[in-house]
Amino acid sequence: MKDLNIIAIIMFLVFVLATLSITYWAAKRTKTAKDFYTAGGGITGFQNALAISGDYISAASFLGISGLVFLKGFDGFIYSVGFLVGWPIFLFLIAEQLRNLGKYTFADVASYRLKQAPIRILAAFGSIATVLLYLIAQLVGSGKLIEILFGLPYEFAIVLVGLLLMILVTFGGMLATTWVQIVKAVLLLCGASFLAFMVMVNVGFDFEKLFSSAVNVRGSINIMSPGGVVGDPISAISLGIALMFGTAGLPHVLMRFFTVSNAKEARKSVFYATGFIGYFYILTFIIGFGAIVLVSKNPEYLDIAKGVLLGGNNMAAIHLSHAVGGDFFLGFICAVAFATILAVVSGLTLAGASAISHDLYMNVFAKENASEVDEMKVSKYATIGLGISAIVFGIAFENQNIAYMVGLAFAIAASANFPILFLSIYWKKLTTRGAVIGGTLGLATAVVLVILGPIVWGQIFYGDESKAIFPYKYPALFSVTVAFISIWFFSITDKSDSAKREIEAYDDQYIRSQTGIGAEGTC
Amino acid sequence: MNKEIYKKVRNNPKFSKLVKKRSGLAWKFSAIIFIAYYSFILLIAFSPETLGQAIGDGVITVGIPVGISIILLCIILTGIYVKRANSEFDKLIDDIKDDVRFDT
Repeated sequence: MKDLNIIAIIMFLVFVLATLSITYWAAKRTKTAKDFYTAGGGITGFQNALAISGDYISAASFLGISGLVFLKGFDGFIYSVGFLVGWPIFLFLIAEQLRNLGKYTFADVASYRLKQAPIRILAAFGSIATVLLYLIAQLVGSGKLIEILFGLPYEFAIVLVGLLLMILVTFGGMLATTWVQIVKAVLLLCGASFLAFMVMVNVGFDFEKLFSSAVNVRGSINIMSPGGVVGDPISAISLGIALMFGTAGLPHVLMRFFTVSNAKEARKSVFYATGFIGYFYILTFIIGFGAIVLVSKNPEYLDIAKGVLLGGNNMAAIHLSHAVGGDFFLGFICAVAFATILAVVSGLTLAGASAISHDLYMNVFAKENASEVDEMKVSKYATIGLGISAIVFGIAFENQNIAYMVGLAFAIAASANFPILFLSIYWKKLTTRGAVIGGTLGLATAVVLVILGPIVWGQIFYGDESKAIFPYKYPALFSVTVAFISIWFFSITDKSDSAKREIEAYDDQYIRSQTGIGAEGTC
Repeated sequence: MNKEIYKKVRNNPKFSKLVKKRSGLAWKFSAIIFIAYYSFILLIAFSPETLGQAIGDGVITVGIPVGISIILLCIILTGIYVKRANSEFDKLIDDIKDDVRFDT
């Protein structure tokens, strides 16, 4: 794909036009803050499920996991399973309570009976950190991808995605973001289904044949069993915790639960989303093995000198689309990959902007002095600010190893956002002091351990993973533990009057969280 | 929403029934997922050979159906929970709301 792929470019332009039309349509319907943050609360459970799946199945996830399966076989599957198991737990324990207590952001829930200012500042900080890290990681990945797919220069690609996302979010708000996400999720699910279907056609719908051909091509049976991706038990458990609890702390996913009209729709959306995401991960497994069989020995897709895939292992699904569907299908998958990037970064930016405008500006700094119009204005400025910072960081980080950023985003989500959210719902004795100190310590532990860990301290500072001070790639086991223990300790030792009031307020909060009586949007 | 209404709800036996039923189901299902997933992770960490065993004479290993089963388990338990919540639990909540309304 060194030459410009005309079909890909045409499909790409069609998608950009479609995005702009959706934005135009949505802009006319986005008038109030509620419209802007939650699409007016009028999204159905099924639509929300597609949008959640869209947020979840990012380009990193589609190309990254199929690439990992292509490279390591079974090990790629460990990630798929881990990414999915967070969902049911989230539904059972958090989704409904979140909806019943909150309005636009998860900080609404955490600060329900605690002090507004400190909790909102901490929650906003956790949200913005998660969003920005995730955003930069997605953007750098997307710049590289667009460079390879469409032959566009890296900086141009970053600026293009950045501009589009600013237009989309500023004018179209949550409604446009959701619909772009839905369109993309449908395209991606169809594209991936077709890819997997063609792989199965090639092996005569015989799984044994698919796997045995892959083993033959690779010349090793190791791809069929767990290997080195998660080497030691501590890393394995830690990764598991980050994936499981990180999901329940990602602000752009949490925010989606306020876009549906009631608890029934919210629950339905988790069920459908779990189905879509689970189905999708099974497809990526087939796609990864299909790529081993159909792509890895074809000189057309290889960098012969290095003996690796053109563009790296993450291109496995892209090359496979050409191998089974020719130029046309390749163009389609490239355009879908682009759509995926745009949709995910838009959702992230919107979540970050709402943390700034709704949590920081409206509830901490301006308070009663600001109107809804002001809040909307601030959220639009915040969107533009986040968009510009993402472009600047995206260009600055071009040649950095950004793999740690996604890990860090999940670690922060799991060790700062999740414990506060979870305990504010379930633990009566939580106090502001406990939440603020514990949440901050959890966040700090996650950041420090990632910096001292194998990728940043080892690889980036010393060029050798074994030089790391902290030996594990995934800090969640430690940072989540630190967060929970310190929240507990600093809450039970808090004997102030305000703490007493906060504990007393739990009983009423509990009834609202369980029944939805008094919740937003009900009478 | 004033304290009186919350007090009425608290004293309504249907509320304790709702909480007991729903929390019971939610925690039980969470525990099942948690145990299934961590058994999988711990097997990978401590005994990769177990999941790496071939089934019969072929190349497909035990790990593949196990992994797929966990994915299916997630979907099935989510489905059961949503079905019960949207019928049984929601009905209880509506009843509680009605009771509170008639009282006032």
